[in-house]
Amino acid sequence: MEQEYIITAFSENSIGLLNRITIIFTRRQVNIESLTVSQSSIQGVHKFTIVIKNTLEKVEKVTKQIEKLVEVLKAFYHTNDEIIQQELALYKVPTDALMKSNEIENLVRNSGARILEITPDYTVIEKTGYKTETQDLFLKLDAYGVTQFTRSGTVAVTKNPKELLTQYLKEIEKIK
Amino acid sequence: METMTKEKKETISPVTKHITGSEALLLSLIEEGVDVIFGYPGGAIMPVYDALYHYEEKIRHILVRHEQGAAHAAQGYARASGKVGVALVTSGPGATNLITGIADAMIDSTPLVCISGQVGAPLLGTDAFQETDVIGISMPVTKWNVQVTRAEDIPAAIAKAFYIARTGRPGPVLVDITKDAQFAKFDFSYTKCESIRSYVPVPKVDIEKVKEAAVIINNAKKPYALIGQGVILGGAEKELIAFLEKTGIPAAWTLLGASAMRTDHPLNMGMLGMHGNYGPNVKTNECDVLIAIGMRFDDRVTGDVKRYAKQAKIIHLEIDPAEIDKIVNTTVPVLGDTKESLALLSEFVNPGKHQAWVNEFKKCAEIEYEKVIQNDLYPEKEGLSMGEVIRRINEKTGCDAILVTDVGQHQMVAARYFKFNQTRSAITSGGLGTMGFGLPASIGAKIGAPEREVVCVCGDGGLQMTIQELGTIFQSEVAVKIVVLNNNFLGMVRQWQQLFFDKRYSSTPLINPDFIAIAKAYSIAGQKVSSRNDLDGAIETMINHKGPYMLEVKVEQEDNVFPMVAAGSSVSEIRLE
Ligand SMILES: Cc1ncc(C[n+]2csc(CCOP(=O)(O)OP(=O)(O)O)c2C)c(N)n1
Repeated sequence: MEQEYIITAFSENSIGLLNRITIIFTRRQVNIESLTVSQSSIQGVHKFTIVIKNTLEKVEKVTKQIEKLVEVLKAFYHTNDEIIQQELALYKVPTDALMKSNEIENLVRNSGARILEITPDYTVIEKTGYKTETQDLFLKLDAYGVTQFTRSGTVAVTKNPKELLTQYLKEIEKIK
Repeated sequence: METMTKEKKETISPVTKHITGSEALLLSLIEEGVDVIFGYPGGAIMPVYDALYHYEEKIRHILVRHEQGAAHAAQGYARASGKVGVALVTSGPGATNLITGIADAMIDSTPLVCISGQVGAPLLGTDAFQETDVIGISMPVTKWNVQVTRAEDIPAAIAKAFYIARTGRPGPVLVDITKDAQFAKFDFSYTKCESIRSYVPVPKVDIEKVKEAAVIINNAKKPYALIGQGVILGGAEKELIAFLEKTGIPAAWTLLGASAMRTDHPLNMGMLGMHGNYGPNVKTNECDVLIAIGMRFDDRVTGDVKRYAKQAKIIHLEIDPAEIDKIVNTTVPVLGDTKESLALLSEFVNPGKHQAWVNEFKKCAEIEYEKVIQNDLYPEKEGLSMGEVIRRINEKTGCDAILVTDVGQHQMVAARYFKFNQTRSAITSGGLGTMGFGLPASIGAKIGAPEREVVCVCGDGGLQMTIQELGTIFQSEVAVKIVVLNNNFLGMVRQWQQLFFDKRYSSTPLINPDFIAIAKAYSIAGQKVSSRNDLDGAIETMINHKGPYMLEVKVEQEDNVFPMVAAGSSVSEIRLE
């Protein structure tokens, strides 16, 4: 059965690693829904957060292939309920539309979004949430003419008290 | 390159010298124990070749005739010697010509360090003359690669490259060095790489898994072991025999596992796979426990995987965690180096005998002998068979030679009938099936194992893919024995056309040159044989000949290789005719 999985991979900071990771997906005809790369809480360790929709079997195999890469420290996969995840969306609407009535303002308030910037021409609204939520707001705002819309990739943390990697790093330090 | 590596302190070279990146590269290679490299010069690697001029006594450079030849020769060297093979090429076309060999080494787990020159760092990304993004191109087919743009980074890159290439599941790595880094001077010192934080080459054997596996094996009625190249790469040949002899379990081998155990060992049941032996294929679907040792369930071994060993419990001894459950779901995975895991497993298994079960294999062997082997080895028709040529080579070499093959019918026939007394004696392109592999790989094999006889068996098609390497054999005086089994066809493709495309021989007949005359042009002795009466004498002449030799044998044009597990069939549907 296909469902959404979030793969997190921790790696050294090395040129070309992103390429090596995406090759693993393209070779197997797996579409990446979103991908973000950032520093992790551990100094010198980078974190890839990759969202795919696929079967458990596929996500297991792909995760092993990622972990096999020389510069990857560890890779994990999670289902949605094992993690806390968010995406960030930005919407640009004409300021006229905002001024005409208080409908947009209500939308912003009720959906937990906020206004980032207002210029005479346009207004930028920001919302953080699940993809369904940011998408929902887009559909509602678009009734007033959204001129630009962009959504970030998923960022996620696990429900474990600590970064899964910290434990692992301690273990390998002990061995050496 | 910010990867955290741990370096061995005591091996730091005592003297620090102010030298160029090129010289540093050569000194780094020497530190890694390299004494031969296969390569081809060009603009972007000229500084290294210039430095090599002063190091010819320490590092022998084999000038190939095409960079693909350098990669395959390095592979042959690595597989015969167990050491890392090294190839050296220029940027652009030099580097792209290596790619087939690198891909071949990747899928067959062969340790290579490939070094390519690159345009100067300021020119990167400008579409400069002979600039190719070889890092990007080689990424999917290397275990690791890196571009070096500063001379002072060369030693660490080389140290890491060798460490990664040879440890764990071996593979090819590529180091791309910009020309300015080859010229620049710095204070050289060398430190071997001992570990990399993010890289676990050999997973620790989990003793609980070993015990679980042992219980399953001890309760098995019809256990069956499959031997892969992992046994050879792990140096676990003795441990394998100890395990098999203690338990009495029959074993069969993959194409790359050939020679891991002696052909005449009583528990050696033969070859697996599409053109493997009858018993080894059929019994896969009759055993109750399958013990896969350092093999990866390639589709040429499994046939239709949905109908593969479904009745059996599967134990998988494997160094690469990504191989576990990749193709076949395992009952008990035992991660680790085969040398260690096999030794541990041997401790926990009960001594046993499975004579009745072994006899079932023998029955199959008798059927196969009658239907296939007898005709292959002792044909009654006039035309020569590939099998009888191999049989006679066995007789004349005492089964001590290294077999290198190309790809096609002759490869399968040679793998089936060549007899092995020693390990590391079968060098062939398995996973990629690269025609043109044989001749250059045999050069590397002979240089990697100079005391051994190296017989290169190739087809008339594949030989012509890298025939230019006769020039390398000539110039570097490499005493390989080349056997061309000439059927005037791209035989393996023709066989498929006969069986599955109603004999429409589309673009498979070959009009060939006079191979012996070509050999002669390179001062390589040889002769052509087309009648049975001349065969023995010709093979003897070849083996007794001191230098390189080419024997062309005109064989039956339309012979087929059987048994055969046709594509999409189950291993139990193996055809004998
Ligand atoms: C580089 C490459 N191109 C094409 C093929 C497909 N192929 C596999 S076997 C074969 C025929 C080989 O013919 P030959 O070398 O004469 O050997 P034979 O099968 O007759 O023994 C071909 C074309 C291949 N394996 N490699």
